[in-house]
Amino acid sequence: MSELHTVNKSPFEKSSFDSCMAHVLEGSAVLLYEDGVYAATKGTAAAAKVAAAGGVKFYVLGPDLKARGLSEERLTDGVEVVDYAGFVDLAAEYGKVVSWV
Amino acid sequence: MSEEIKKFLYLNRRAPYGSIYAWEALEVVLIGAAFDQDVSLAFLDDGVYQIVKGQDTAGIDMKNFSPTYSALGDYEVTKLYVEKESLEERGLTVDDLMDLKWEDEDEDWAEKDSIILVSREELAKVIEGQDVVFSF
Repeated sequence: MSELHTVNKSPFEKSSFDSCMAHVLEGSAVLLYEDGVYAATKGTAAAAKVAAAGGVKFYVLGPDLKARGLSEERLTDGVEVVDYAGFVDLAAEYGKVVSWV
Repeated sequence: MSEEIKKFLYLNRRAPYGSIYAWEALEVVLIGAAFDQDVSLAFLDDGVYQIVKGQDTAGIDMKNFSPTYSALGDYEVTKLYVEKESLEERGLTVDDLMDLKWEDEDEDWAEKDSIILVSREELAKVIEGQDVVFSF
């Protein structure tokens, strides 16, 4: 069953993102929100992990990006921006949600 | 009470909206500024995200407190140390930060930069030179 993984902590401060990446399987998706959005930005160690993950879709919550002053140009290639309704759609689309808090 | 002026440093290590630390630090800095001490702030680790320009919190129903950093100069808080390595690790440069200034009344209110870019090594020395350090 494919999973939607969510991460809401900064990859610099907590191991949530790294643990998520170590457990996410092909065909699943990762949604980054709150301080998790920093993992979606270029020029970071997290960006290299996003780029290296094959067969995994990455999403980031737009309102949390904007709040932090991060433009979409800062995002690692392949990361798609969603709004709150998109968050709900993803949760419904995947078999279950796995939260890395 | 002693009139001795002490050197106070506030260490900011957290991103702005995921926790209350950044907001609380600002509150304490503004209170402390009323006591005529020699106040400095340091932004390192995720703390550098606090002063990224262009913050817009309309979509997350939280107060955008980033304009407050621009007001620090009016409270004679004019030294904002930013750690270079912390910026680099986050794919940021000083150009991604707010243009924070203060006005020097001794030089006909000339505008001066509040941000002082320092290396990790230099920041260690700044910390060493303080009387009191508050961590957020």
